[in-house]
Formats: sequence, C-alpha cells, structure tokens
Amino acid sequence: MNRSPSRTWWKTATGLLLTGIMLFPVYWMLNVSFTRDQDMRKSPPDLFPADATLEGYRAVLDQQLPYLGTSLVIGLGTVVLTVALAAPAGYALAKLRPRGGGLLGFLFLVAQMIPGIIMAMGFYAIYLQLGLLQSVPGLIVADSTLAVPFAVLIFTAFMSGIPGELLQAAKTDGAGALRTFRSIVLPMSRNAVVTVSLFAFLWSWSDFVFASTLASGGAHQPITLGIYQYIGNNNQEWNAIMATAVVASLPAAVILVLAQRYVAAGVTAGAVKD
Amino acid sequence: MGPMKQTAHPPDHRTVRTPTGTAAAPAPPPARAATRRRPASQQWAAWAFLTPVTLYLVLFYAYPLYRNIDLSLRNYTVRSFVQGDAPFTGLENYGKILDDPTFAPALLHTVVFTAVCLVFQYAIGLALAVFFHQHFRLSATLRALFLVPWLLPLIVSASTWSWMLNSDSGIVNALLSTVGVDPVNWLTSPSWSLTSVIIANIWIGVPFNLVVLHSGLQSIPASLYEAAALDGANSWQRFWRITFPLLRPVSAITLLLGLVYTLKVFDIIWIMTKGGPADSSTTFATWSYQLGFGNLLPAFGPGAAVGNLLVVAALVFGLVYIRVQRKQALS
Repeated sequence: MNRSPSRTWWKTATGLLLTGIMLFPVYWMLNVSFTRDQDMRKSPPDLFPADATLEGYRAVLDQQLPYLGTSLVIGLGTVVLTVALAAPAGYALAKLRPRGGGLLGFLFLVAQMIPGIIMAMGFYAIYLQLGLLQSVPGLIVADSTLAVPFAVLIFTAFMSGIPGELLQAAKTDGAGALRTFRSIVLPMSRNAVVTVSLFAFLWSWSDFVFASTLASGGAHQPITLGIYQYIGNNNQEWNAIMATAVVASLPAAVILVLAQRYVAAGVTAGAVKD
Repeated sequence: MGPMKQTAHPPDHRTVRTPTGTAAAPAPPPARAATRRRPASQQWAAWAFLTPVTLYLVLFYAYPLYRNIDLSLRNYTVRSFVQGDAPFTGLENYGKILDDPTFAPALLHTVVFTAVCLVFQYAIGLALAVFFHQHFRLSATLRALFLVPWLLPLIVSASTWSWMLNSDSGIVNALLSTVGVDPVNWLTSPSWSLTSVIIANIWIGVPFNLVVLHSGLQSIPASLYEAAALDGANSWQRFWRITFPLLRPVSAITLLLGLVYTLKVFDIIWIMTKGGPADSSTTFATWSYQLGFGNLLPAFGPGAAVGNLLVVAALVFGLVYIRVQRKQALS
C-alpha cells in the first residue's frame, strides 16, 4: 500500500502527543521527586525542576533501604515458590493428561477471580493462629497466590507446544517423567519461566493488600508500606514520597526495557492484575 | 483441550514399542511391564507433579475462603478471634450489613465505579488500539510505553494521582485555573472523590484494554479492509462495519475480565481517599477492609460478610467469562 511520508509523519506526531499525555503522571512523579521543599507548595507548580534537588533521594537512601531489601527478598521468594509449584503442574496438565486435570485448570481460573481483600482476611485469620503475621515467609506464600494461577496457565499453554516426539524419544531412552521434565521440558520452557518470573516478581513487589493486612507494623515491611506510611506520616515531604515512588517503579522500568516482548505475551495470554 | 490430545495418544504407544537399539541402556524387564500399562503409570506421574499445586490450592485458596465464610457466620470479638471460640450466629452479620447505612452508598459506588471505569477503559483502549494498528514510525515503541501505567505498583500510581489532584498544590487544579476553572477539591469533597478515583483507575486500566484489543485487531484479515476500500467505504464505515463486529469476541472477553477485576479494585481507592470523605467513594472492597482492618475495634464478622458478597459477584461474572471463553475456543 502506498502511504505518503507526510501522512505517517502526522501519525507519529499524534502518537507522541498521546503517549505524552498518557505518561504525564509518570513525568510529574519524576518532577516532584526533584523539587525542593520550599517550591513544593508553589502556585502554579513548576512544570520542570529548575532548581533540582536530590533531597528526596537522600531521604530514600536514609530511610527506605530496609523496605526495598525486604521487597527484594519477598519478590525473589515469590518467584522461586511460584515457578516450583507451577512448572511441574503445567507439565502434567499439558503432557501427561491427568484425570481431573480439566477440573483443576478450571479451579485455577476461578481462584484468580477471588478478590485480594477476601484472601487477605482469610490469611490474617490463619496467620494469627500460626504466628506467621509480620513474617517474610508468610508474605511470600500470600503473594504467590497472586501469581500461581497465572503461572499454571502460562506453563500449560507453553508446554503444550513442545513436540510430543521429543518427549517420546526421551522415554524410549529410558528417562522417567521426572527426568524428562528436568532435562527436556524445563530447559525448553525458558521463555515461559522468564515470563512467569517477571510477573511473579512484579506483582509481589507491587503488592499492597497483603502487605498492609499481614505485615503492617512488623520488623520486615515491604516498600509499598514504606510509601504508604510516608504519605500518612509526613505529607509535607512530597519530594521524598515521590522519590521513593520512583525507586519503587524501577523494577517495572527495567522489565519494560529488557523484557518487553515477555510482557506483551503475558498480557495477551489472559494476563491479569488486581 | 482434552479430546484433541487424546487423538495423539495411540501413535505414541507404537513408537514406544519399537526400541531403536541405539538407546544406551537396554530397558530392564520391570520397565517393560510399566510401559505396557502406560496410562496408569502416567496417571501416577501426572498426579505426582500435580500434588504440590493441589495441596497449595486447598491450603491457600480454599482454606482462606472457608475461614472467611466461617468468620462471617460467627460473632467475633478481638478476644474470641484469637481464642477461636466465637459463638455461631448464622446470618446475623449479613443482616447487620444490609441494615447498615453504608450498604446503599457502597453498592451504588461499586456499580458506578465499575461501569464508568469499564466504559472509558474500553472506549479509550479501543480508540488507541485502532490508532496504533496503523503502520507509522515508532508505532510499536509508543505502544510499549503505554504499558507503563499498568506495570507501576498501584501505590505509586495512587500516590502520584493524589498529589496531582491536591486541592492547593496539585497540577490538575493549576492547569484548570489557566482556563478559568475554579479549583476543585478532588479528594476532599464528597461530590468529587468518586470521580477522582475513577479517573486514576481508568488511567491504570487503559493499557490492558489497548494491548488485548490490539492483538485482536491483528487477527482481522487485511484483505477485508482492502475489499471495503475498493468498495469506497471510508475509515469510519470500515470501523463500524468490519472492525467493531469482528472484534466482538475479543471485546466480550476484555470487558468481562475487566468487570471481574474492576469489581475488586481496592488499593487505588484506599490509598487515595480511604473510601471517604464520609463514605463518598467507598465500595464493597474498601468497606470490607474498613470493617476488618480500618478501625481500632475490628469488626471481622461483618467485614467478612461484605467480602463474601463481593466474592459471589466476582464469581458470577467470572463464570460468565469462562463460559464465553470456552464457547469461543470451541467455535
């Protein structure tokens, strides 16, 4: 088809404008994070941090590092738990044709629909009795419920595409199901493992509902609570709050830059988010 | 899913029975016997792989859900919550919340919030999907950037919007004043708080709609558009006669999934307004949290009861979604 260059030039310009509008809040977060305390209440606000300051980021370094560390540990723990549970399940559902597998897949679809606060309230009641409130393992288990159903779905879909002849050949060579899974299916599912890990990390890093119900007031609190308490405690220092928000957005930014194709694949695979 | 795979089963068996001889280890007799009864042994293997996740489903989905139902049927106090000896009171908690003055506004806000968010997210997402479906420089890059709001932690989005909508120092009021509009108390006025959280939530939901609808557009054959263009249809007619009707299955899935996930939105509202001022932006999700965790004296029973109403609503629409999806997969 023939398109004159001037026509597509206009489309690019429109696209840039639309993206600019959409991402304005993100720009504003950056702008405020560099704004000095004395300029914070200026009216109208500076559209652009002429006298940029790093005060906000200094506050992050001074106060928020433990929160960031906790979130990192919880995020990685959630990734490991999610992959460990979901990859074998995906293999079984995709390749071993278990009786009742359809029902299990259905239950996972349903599980995804349960609102987070309801899960949180149930977990709270259970953790209170088990003494798991305000604990890192407790939060890892709770956060993994955000990702496991999605992960089973992704692994099942991906592993269905592995050619049956390959697995058959392994069997012929005397490999059992476990061996086949470990040395053939799992290495071939690298892309699915990456997609699942990215989302599991991102969701657990971003989780606020479980954090605020199960970890609030404890010794190890994730960064989402760090920001939340910041807003509650000193709502004057918005540069510090926004600087923390910028730092908390880094995993999302890294994922978008390094692993964009996995993200798009995840969303269209029926990806979901609270 | 199941039937299609079973047709691939018999040939597998044959290949197994013809050992190639190149295999390093000659299969010992017990393995031979197992091979003959493959379906049974495969069932065992399958369920061995599924056991962890099944236990997980029972322990971390079914049991919390059960605990929640149990909570809603007993009269819990902080003490009996710890000791676990709360008296059974049947549906009393449900009666309590139905009579609560917050019930009617919470129901109304949940419906309005969900409906308005869905309509705008879908309409904006579809318009953007059609726009980005065209070929122009940077199209793919810009579309990827649109994912940012969806990837950001909700606390980040919510706190950024809170500050942007701040009555005195927010950029939104500053921009409005340049066109002569008086400052709006976005988050502190009962008549604006629901609008504010809706705006923030639409912003978060647009990327999901854009990406899913865009992938739907790609499955519409280009030849249809070319034929329509030859027949002299303009782009408006092409959209309403081709794009929109052919996108209906994808639209249905997008809207239903959006419905289930918008019903349970909690973070955004809680962080921006805590459901206030004076319950003006409270929904079932925030009300449930407010009852269970928001006060000094927690009302776990009524909180769980509100939560269970939400579960029922989410599951009803969730099952509709699954049905629609299955039907589409079959056709």
